[in-house]
Amino acid sequence: MAYQFQFEPVLAHVNLLAEGVLTTMAISSAAIFFGTAIGIVTAAVRSAQTGRTRKLIDAYVEVVRNTPFLVQIFILYFGLPAIHLRVTATEAALIGMIINLGAYSTEIIRAGIESIHRSQVEAGLSLGMTRLQIFRHVILKPAIAKVYPALCSQFVLMMLASSVTSAISTQELSSIAAQIDSETFRSFEVYTVVTLIYLGLALLFKAVLTLIGHLIFSRRRAASR
Amino acid sequence: MIRSLSWNDILFFLDALRWTVLLAAIACTCGGVLGLGVALARVARSRSLRTAAATYIQIVQGTPVLMLLFLSYYGLSLFGYDLPPMVAAGVSMTIYVSGYLGDIWRGSIQSVPKQQWEASESLAMTRRQQYQYVILPQAVRISLPPTVGFMVQVVKNSSIASIIGFVELAKAGQLINNVTFQPFRVFLIVAALYFCICYPLSYCSRRLERKSHA
Repeated sequence: MAYQFQFEPVLAHVNLLAEGVLTTMAISSAAIFFGTAIGIVTAAVRSAQTGRTRKLIDAYVEVVRNTPFLVQIFILYFGLPAIHLRVTATEAALIGMIINLGAYSTEIIRAGIESIHRSQVEAGLSLGMTRLQIFRHVILKPAIAKVYPALCSQFVLMMLASSVTSAISTQELSSIAAQIDSETFRSFEVYTVVTLIYLGLALLFKAVLTLIGHLIFSRRRAASR
Repeated sequence: MIRSLSWNDILFFLDALRWTVLLAAIACTCGGVLGLGVALARVARSRSLRTAAATYIQIVQGTPVLMLLFLSYYGLSLFGYDLPPMVAAGVSMTIYVSGYLGDIWRGSIQSVPKQQWEASESLAMTRRQQYQYVILPQAVRISLPPTVGFMVQVVKNSSIASIIGFVELAKAGQLINNVTFQPFRVFLIVAALYFCICYPLSYCSRRLERKSHA
Protein backbone atom coordinates (compact mmCIF):
# COMPACT_ATOMS: atom_id res chain seq x y z
CA MET A 1 0.00 0.00 0.00
CA ALA A 2 1.59 3.22 -1.13
CA TYR A 3 1.58 6.07 1.37
CA GLN A 4 -0.26 9.19 0.24
CA PHE A 5 1.65 12.33 1.22
CA GLN A 6 -0.75 15.01 2.39
CA PHE A 7 0.77 18.36 3.22
CA GLU A 8 -2.48 20.34 3.53
CA PRO A 9 -3.22 19.48 7.19
CA VAL A 10 0.28 20.65 8.07
CA LEU A 11 0.09 23.89 6.08
CA ALA A 12 -3.27 24.63 7.73
CA HIS A 13 -1.32 25.18 10.96
CA VAL A 14 0.91 27.86 9.48
CA ASN A 15 0.20 30.34 12.28
CA LEU A 16 1.25 27.80 14.94
CA LEU A 17 4.46 27.15 13.00
CA ALA A 18 5.10 30.89 12.74
CA GLU A 19 4.74 31.20 16.52
CA GLY A 20 7.23 28.40 16.97
CA VAL A 21 9.68 30.06 14.59
CA LEU A 22 9.40 33.35 16.49
CA THR A 23 10.00 31.62 19.84
CA THR A 24 13.00 29.74 18.45
CA MET A 25 14.49 32.92 17.00
CA ALA A 26 13.82 34.83 20.23
CA ILE A 27 15.46 32.34 22.59
CA SER A 28 18.34 31.74 20.17
CA SER A 29 19.03 35.48 19.85
CA ALA A 30 18.84 36.00 23.61
CA ALA A 31 21.14 33.02 24.18
CA ILE A 32 23.60 34.35 21.57
CA PHE A 33 23.68 37.81 23.17
CA PHE A 34 24.11 36.73 26.79
CA GLY A 35 26.25 33.71 25.95
CA THR A 36 28.73 35.84 24.03
CA ALA A 37 28.79 38.37 26.88
CA ILE A 38 29.65 35.59 29.32
CA GLY A 39 32.21 34.24 26.85
CA ILE A 40 33.98 37.58 26.51
CA VAL A 41 34.13 38.19 30.27
CA THR A 42 35.25 34.63 31.09
CA ALA A 43 37.85 34.55 28.30
CA ALA A 44 39.23 37.91 29.44
CA VAL A 45 39.43 36.80 33.08
CA ARG A 46 41.03 33.51 32.09
CA SER A 47 43.68 35.18 29.96
CA ALA A 48 44.52 37.65 32.71
CA GLN A 49 44.51 35.38 35.73
CA THR A 50 46.61 32.40 36.69
CA GLY A 51 46.11 29.79 39.37
CA ARG A 52 42.77 28.97 40.94
CA THR A 53 40.56 31.33 38.88
CA ARG A 54 41.98 29.94 35.67
CA LYS A 55 41.41 26.36 36.86
CA LEU A 56 37.86 27.21 37.87
CA ILE A 57 37.06 28.65 34.45
CA ASP A 58 38.72 25.67 32.76
CA ALA A 59 36.59 23.33 34.89
CA TYR A 60 33.40 25.20 33.88
CA VAL A 61 34.30 25.02 30.19
CA GLU A 62 35.32 21.34 30.32
CA VAL A 63 32.25 20.23 32.30
CA VAL A 64 29.82 22.04 30.00
CA ARG A 65 31.57 20.93 26.81
CA ASN A 66 31.79 17.27 27.83
CA THR A 67 28.20 16.74 28.98
CA PRO A 68 25.16 16.59 26.68
CA PHE A 69 22.96 19.66 26.35
CA LEU A 70 19.87 17.54 27.07
CA VAL A 71 21.25 16.45 30.45
CA GLN A 72 22.17 20.06 31.26
CA ILE A 73 18.63 21.29 30.69
CA PHE A 74 17.21 18.33 32.62
CA ILE A 75 19.40 19.34 35.57
CA LEU A 76 18.09 22.91 35.31
CA TYR A 77 14.43 22.15 34.68
CA PHE A 78 14.03 19.30 37.19
CA GLY A 79 16.74 20.28 39.62
CA LEU A 80 16.09 23.99 40.21
CA PRO A 81 12.58 23.44 41.67
CA ALA A 82 14.19 21.01 44.13
CA ILE A 83 16.03 24.00 45.61
CA HIS A 84 12.83 26.06 45.59
CA LEU A 85 13.54 28.06 42.41
CA ARG A 86 10.51 27.58 40.20
CA VAL A 87 11.38 28.09 36.54
CA THR A 88 9.18 27.80 33.49
CA ALA A 89 10.33 25.59 30.63
CA THR A 90 11.33 28.59 28.51
CA GLU A 91 13.40 30.08 31.34
CA ALA A 92 15.18 26.78 31.99
CA ALA A 93 15.86 26.40 28.25
CA LEU A 94 17.21 29.94 28.05
CA ILE A 95 19.48 29.54 31.09
CA GLY A 96 20.73 26.21 29.72
CA MET A 97 21.48 27.68 26.30
CA ILE A 98 23.26 30.69 27.81
CA ILE A 99 25.46 28.53 30.05
CA ASN A 100 26.22 26.15 27.17
CA LEU A 101 26.98 28.86 24.65
CA GLY A 102 29.00 30.73 27.29
CA ALA A 103 31.35 27.77 27.64
CA TYR A 104 31.82 27.26 23.90
CA SER A 105 32.31 30.96 23.18
CA THR A 106 34.79 31.21 26.09
CA GLU A 107 36.91 28.61 24.36
CA ILE A 108 36.63 30.23 20.92
CA ILE A 109 37.25 33.80 22.14
CA ARG A 110 40.16 32.62 24.31
CA ALA A 111 41.79 31.23 21.18
CA GLY A 112 41.27 34.60 19.51
CA ILE A 113 42.65 36.57 22.44
CA GLU A 114 45.74 34.36 22.68
CA SER A 115 46.45 34.92 18.99
CA ILE A 116 46.96 38.66 19.53
CA HIS A 117 50.70 39.25 19.65
CA ARG A 118 52.22 40.90 22.72
CA SER A 119 53.74 43.60 20.53
CA GLN A 120 50.25 44.95 19.84
CA VAL A 121 49.67 45.43 23.57
CA GLU A 122 53.10 47.06 23.96
CA ALA A 123 52.32 49.43 21.10
CA GLY A 124 49.06 50.36 22.82
CA LEU A 125 50.85 50.98 26.12
CA SER A 126 53.43 53.14 24.40
CA LEU A 127 50.59 55.26 23.00
CA GLY A 128 49.39 55.94 26.53
CA MET A 129 46.18 53.88 26.34
CA THR A 130 44.65 52.62 29.58
CA ARG A 131 44.47 48.86 30.13
CA LEU A 132 40.71 48.91 29.49
CA GLN A 133 41.15 50.81 26.22
CA ILE A 134 43.84 48.36 25.17
CA PHE A 135 41.56 45.44 25.97
CA ARG A 136 38.65 46.90 24.00
CA HIS A 137 40.41 48.15 20.89
CA VAL A 138 43.67 46.23 20.58
CA ILE A 139 42.81 42.81 22.00
CA LEU A 140 39.09 42.14 21.92
CA LYS A 141 37.97 43.60 18.61
CA PRO A 142 40.74 42.01 16.46
CA ALA A 143 40.34 38.73 18.40
CA ILE A 144 36.62 38.52 17.68
CA ALA A 145 37.20 39.56 14.06
CA LYS A 146 39.64 36.67 13.71
CA VAL A 147 37.40 34.00 15.26
CA TYR A 148 34.12 35.41 13.91
CA PRO A 149 33.45 32.54 11.44
CA ALA A 150 33.96 29.92 14.17
CA LEU A 151 31.78 31.94 16.52
CA CYS A 152 29.02 32.22 13.90
CA SER A 153 28.93 28.48 13.25
CA GLN A 154 28.70 27.92 17.01
CA PHE A 155 25.73 30.33 17.12
CA VAL A 156 23.97 28.44 14.32
CA LEU A 157 24.69 25.13 16.07
CA MET A 158 23.15 26.57 19.24
CA MET A 159 20.03 27.61 17.33
CA LEU A 160 19.73 24.07 15.97
CA ALA A 161 20.36 22.62 19.43
CA SER A 162 17.40 24.62 20.77
CA SER A 163 15.23 21.91 19.20
CA VAL A 164 16.32 19.63 22.05
CA THR A 165 14.56 21.91 24.56
CA SER A 166 11.27 20.50 23.25
CA ALA A 167 12.00 17.59 25.61
CA ILE A 168 11.12 19.90 28.52
CA SER A 169 8.11 21.28 26.62
CA THR A 170 9.46 24.68 25.64
CA GLN A 171 7.00 26.01 23.05
CA GLU A 172 9.51 26.32 20.27
CA LEU A 173 9.46 24.90 16.75
CA SER A 174 10.10 21.19 17.47
CA SER A 175 7.53 21.17 20.23
CA ILE A 176 4.96 22.77 17.89
CA ALA A 177 5.86 20.12 15.31
CA ALA A 178 5.13 17.36 17.82
CA GLN A 179 1.85 19.09 18.67
CA ILE A 180 0.75 19.29 15.02
CA ASP A 181 1.85 15.68 14.57
CA SER A 182 -0.35 14.54 17.44
CA GLU A 183 -3.31 16.46 15.96
CA THR A 184 -3.03 15.49 12.32
CA PHE A 185 -1.05 12.20 12.48
CA ARG A 186 0.89 13.34 9.40
CA SER A 187 4.27 12.71 11.05
CA PHE A 188 6.51 12.53 8.01
CA GLU A 189 4.97 15.63 6.38
CA VAL A 190 5.17 17.68 9.59
CA TYR A 191 8.79 16.84 10.22
CA THR A 192 9.76 17.39 6.59
CA VAL A 193 8.21 20.87 6.65
CA VAL A 194 9.85 21.69 10.00
CA THR A 195 13.23 20.42 8.77
CA LEU A 196 12.95 22.75 5.78
CA ILE A 197 12.04 25.61 8.13
CA TYR A 198 15.13 24.87 10.25
CA LEU A 199 17.29 24.82 7.11
CA GLY A 200 15.87 28.20 6.18
CA LEU A 201 16.49 29.52 9.69
CA ALA A 202 20.08 28.28 9.63
CA LEU A 203 20.71 30.04 6.31
CA LEU A 204 18.99 33.19 7.61
CA PHE A 205 21.07 33.23 10.79
CA LYS A 206 24.27 32.72 8.81
CA ALA A 207 23.35 35.55 6.43
CA VAL A 208 22.40 37.99 9.21
CA LEU A 209 25.51 37.17 11.24
CA THR A 210 27.75 37.64 8.18
CA LEU A 211 26.10 40.99 7.53
CA ILE A 212 26.65 42.06 11.15
CA GLY A 213 30.27 40.96 10.79
CA HIS A 214 30.76 43.14 7.74
CA LEU A 215 29.22 46.10 9.56
CA ILE A 216 31.17 45.79 12.81
CA PHE A 217 34.54 44.62 11.53
CA SER A 218 35.39 47.11 8.83
CA ARG A 219 37.40 45.64 6.01
CA ARG A 220 39.87 48.49 5.92
CA ARG A 221 41.69 46.41 8.53
CA ALA A 222 42.37 43.68 5.99
CA ALA A 223 45.85 45.06 5.36
CA SER A 224 46.85 45.21 9.04
CA ARG A 225 47.68 42.21 11.20
CA MET B 1 5.66 4.65 44.89
CA ILE B 2 8.69 6.82 45.58
CA ARG B 3 11.86 5.01 46.54
CA SER B 4 15.36 6.34 47.12
CA LEU B 5 18.37 6.05 44.86
CA SER B 6 20.16 2.75 45.36
CA TRP B 7 23.11 0.84 43.95
CA ASN B 8 20.77 -1.05 41.59
CA ASP B 9 20.05 2.25 39.91
CA ILE B 10 23.77 2.86 39.41
CA LEU B 11 23.99 -0.58 37.76
CA PHE B 12 21.04 0.40 35.56
CA PHE B 13 22.93 3.56 34.54
CA LEU B 14 26.02 1.54 33.67
CA ASP B 15 23.89 -0.81 31.58
CA ALA B 16 22.34 2.14 29.75
CA LEU B 17 25.84 3.59 29.30
CA ARG B 18 26.69 0.48 27.30
CA TRP B 19 23.84 1.30 24.90
CA THR B 20 25.05 4.89 24.59
CA VAL B 21 28.56 3.72 23.71
CA LEU B 22 27.12 1.12 21.31
CA LEU B 23 24.98 3.71 19.52
CA ALA B 24 27.94 6.10 19.28
CA ALA B 25 30.17 3.32 17.93
CA ILE B 26 27.60 2.25 15.31
CA ALA B 27 27.11 5.88 14.30
CA CYS B 28 30.85 6.49 13.98
CA THR B 29 31.60 3.35 11.95
CA CYS B 30 28.63 3.47 9.54
CA GLY B 31 28.75 7.26 9.42
CA GLY B 32 32.48 7.08 8.81
CA VAL B 33 32.06 4.80 5.81
CA LEU B 34 29.33 7.03 4.37
CA GLY B 35 31.32 10.14 5.28
CA LEU B 36 34.36 8.89 3.37
CA GLY B 37 32.16 8.52 0.30
CA VAL B 38 30.78 12.03 0.81
CA ALA B 39 34.30 13.47 1.24
CA LEU B 40 35.59 11.77 -1.91
CA ALA B 41 32.51 12.95 -3.82
CA ARG B 42 33.08 16.48 -2.54
CA VAL B 43 36.57 16.61 -4.10
CA ALA B 44 35.71 14.58 -7.20
CA ARG B 45 36.45 15.77 -10.70
CA SER B 46 32.82 15.74 -11.84
CA ARG B 47 31.00 18.97 -10.97
CA SER B 48 27.60 17.33 -10.47
CA LEU B 49 29.08 14.94 -7.90
CA ARG B 50 30.73 17.84 -6.08
CA THR B 51 27.49 19.86 -6.03
CA ALA B 52 25.47 16.88 -4.83
CA ALA B 53 27.90 16.22 -1.99
CA ALA B 54 28.01 19.92 -1.05
CA THR B 55 24.20 20.07 -0.95
CA TYR B 56 24.05 16.93 1.17
CA ILE B 57 26.57 18.40 3.63
CA GLN B 58 24.71 21.73 3.80
CA ILE B 59 21.39 19.99 4.47
CA VAL B 60 22.77 17.71 7.16
CA GLN B 61 24.67 20.55 8.83
CA GLY B 62 21.61 22.82 8.79
CA THR B 63 19.21 20.32 10.35
CA PRO B 64 18.87 19.66 14.06
CA VAL B 65 19.73 16.10 15.09
CA LEU B 66 16.28 15.79 16.62
CA MET B 67 14.63 16.42 13.24
CA LEU B 68 16.87 13.84 11.55
CA LEU B 69 15.87 11.41 14.28
CA PHE B 70 12.14 12.01 13.85
CA LEU B 71 12.37 11.87 10.07
CA SER B 72 14.11 8.50 10.14
CA TYR B 73 11.81 7.17 12.89
CA TYR B 74 8.58 8.11 11.09
CA GLY B 75 9.95 7.93 7.57
CA LEU B 76 11.26 4.39 7.81
CA SER B 77 8.00 3.15 9.29
CA LEU B 78 6.21 4.53 6.21
CA PHE B 79 7.80 1.76 4.22
CA GLY B 80 5.93 -0.71 6.36
CA TYR B 81 8.75 -1.76 8.68
CA ASP B 82 8.05 -1.93 12.38
CA LEU B 83 11.39 -0.64 13.53
CA PRO B 84 12.77 -0.60 17.04
CA PRO B 85 13.97 2.85 18.12
CA MET B 86 17.56 1.61 18.00
CA VAL B 87 17.48 1.18 14.22
CA ALA B 88 15.93 4.62 13.68
CA ALA B 89 18.47 6.17 16.03
CA GLY B 90 21.29 4.33 14.24
CA VAL B 91 20.17 5.48 10.79
CA SER B 92 19.73 9.12 11.82
CA MET B 93 23.04 9.25 13.72
CA THR B 94 24.77 7.68 10.70
CA ILE B 95 23.44 10.43 8.42
CA TYR B 96 24.37 13.10 10.99
CA VAL B 97 27.92 11.75 11.39
CA SER B 98 28.41 11.36 7.63
CA GLY B 99 27.46 15.02 7.05
CA TYR B 100 30.02 16.35 9.50
CA LEU B 101 32.81 13.79 9.01
CA GLY B 102 32.48 14.21 5.24
CA ASP B 103 33.20 17.91 5.66
CA ILE B 104 36.08 17.33 8.11
CA TRP B 105 37.69 14.76 5.84
CA ARG B 106 37.19 16.94 2.79
CA GLY B 107 39.18 19.62 4.62
CA SER B 108 41.93 17.11 5.44
CA ILE B 109 42.13 15.88 1.83
CA GLN B 110 42.36 19.46 0.60
CA SER B 111 45.13 20.31 3.06
CA VAL B 112 47.46 17.67 1.64
CA PRO B 113 49.99 19.81 -0.27
CA LYS B 114 49.43 20.15 -3.99
CA GLN B 115 52.99 18.93 -4.64
CA GLN B 116 51.94 15.46 -3.49
CA TRP B 117 49.30 15.37 -6.23
CA GLU B 118 51.77 16.60 -8.82
CA ALA B 119 54.51 14.18 -7.76
CA SER B 120 52.20 11.17 -7.78
CA GLU B 121 50.76 12.20 -11.14
CA SER B 122 54.25 12.48 -12.59
CA LEU B 123 54.79 8.87 -11.49
CA ALA B 124 51.85 7.88 -13.77
CA MET B 125 49.59 6.81 -10.92
CA THR B 126 45.88 6.51 -11.67
CA ARG B 127 43.60 8.69 -9.54
CA ARG B 128 42.66 5.70 -7.44
CA GLN B 129 46.32 4.86 -6.82
CA GLN B 130 47.00 8.49 -5.93
CA TYR B 131 44.28 8.38 -3.30
CA GLN B 132 45.21 4.95 -2.01
CA TYR B 133 49.00 5.32 -1.68
CA VAL B 134 49.72 9.06 -1.40
CA ILE B 135 46.81 11.31 -0.46
CA LEU B 136 44.60 9.37 1.96
CA PRO B 137 47.40 8.19 4.30
CA GLN B 138 48.51 11.80 4.76
CA ALA B 139 44.95 13.06 5.02
CA VAL B 140 44.18 10.52 7.75
CA ARG B 141 47.00 11.84 9.91
CA ILE B 142 45.83 15.45 9.42
CA SER B 143 42.22 14.54 10.18
CA LEU B 144 42.82 12.68 13.46
CA PRO B 145 42.41 15.59 15.95
CA PRO B 146 39.13 16.96 14.54
CA THR B 147 37.75 13.44 14.04
CA VAL B 148 38.40 12.45 17.64
CA GLY B 149 36.97 15.81 18.74
CA PHE B 150 33.85 15.14 16.70
CA MET B 151 33.40 11.73 18.34
CA VAL B 152 32.79 13.66 21.58
CA GLN B 153 29.89 15.43 19.82
CA VAL B 154 28.54 12.06 18.65
CA VAL B 155 28.50 10.64 22.18
CA LYS B 156 26.76 13.77 23.47
CA ASN B 157 24.19 13.87 20.65
CA SER B 158 23.36 10.20 21.20
CA SER B 159 21.51 11.47 24.27
CA ILE B 160 18.90 12.97 21.90
CA ALA B 161 17.90 9.43 20.90
CA SER B 162 16.23 9.24 24.31
CA ILE B 163 13.40 11.37 22.92
CA ILE B 164 12.17 8.54 20.69
CA GLY B 165 12.30 6.14 23.62
CA PHE B 166 15.63 4.45 23.02
CA VAL B 167 16.79 3.61 26.52
CA GLU B 168 20.27 5.01 26.70
CA LEU B 169 21.86 6.98 29.52
CA ALA B 170 19.74 10.17 29.37
CA LYS B 171 16.53 8.14 29.15
CA ALA B 172 17.69 5.97 32.03
CA GLY B 173 18.19 9.15 34.04
CA GLN B 174 14.66 10.30 33.21
CA LEU B 175 13.22 6.91 34.22
CA ILE B 176 15.07 6.81 37.56
CA ASN B 177 14.17 10.45 38.21
CA ASN B 178 10.49 9.62 37.73
CA VAL B 179 10.79 6.89 40.35
CA THR B 180 13.04 8.53 42.94
CA PHE B 181 12.21 12.26 42.47
CA GLN B 182 15.84 13.21 43.21
CA PRO B 183 16.69 15.10 40.02
CA PHE B 184 19.96 16.68 41.12
CA ARG B 185 21.51 13.42 42.28
CA VAL B 186 20.24 11.38 39.34
CA PHE B 187 21.20 13.82 36.59
CA LEU B 188 24.52 14.70 38.20
CA ILE B 189 25.41 10.99 38.14
CA VAL B 190 24.30 10.81 34.49
CA ALA B 191 26.35 13.92 33.66
CA ALA B 192 29.37 12.47 35.47
CA LEU B 193 29.10 9.23 33.46
CA TYR B 194 28.94 11.17 30.17
CA PHE B 195 31.90 13.24 31.35
CA CYS B 196 33.90 10.06 32.01
CA ILE B 197 33.39 9.02 28.39
CA CYS B 198 33.78 12.41 26.72
CA TYR B 199 36.66 13.98 28.65
CA PRO B 200 39.26 11.32 27.72
CA LEU B 201 38.23 11.72 24.06
CA SER B 202 38.59 15.52 24.29
CA TYR B 203 41.95 15.18 26.01
CA CYS B 204 43.08 12.69 23.35
CA SER B 205 42.01 15.10 20.61
CA ARG B 206 43.94 17.98 22.18
CA ARG B 207 47.08 15.86 22.57
CA LEU B 208 46.86 14.69 18.96
CA GLU B 209 46.54 18.32 17.87
CA ARG B 210 49.56 19.35 19.90
CA LYS B 211 51.63 16.45 18.58
CA SER B 212 50.79 17.23 14.96
CA HIS B 213 51.73 20.89 15.43
CA ALA B 214 54.90 20.40 17.47
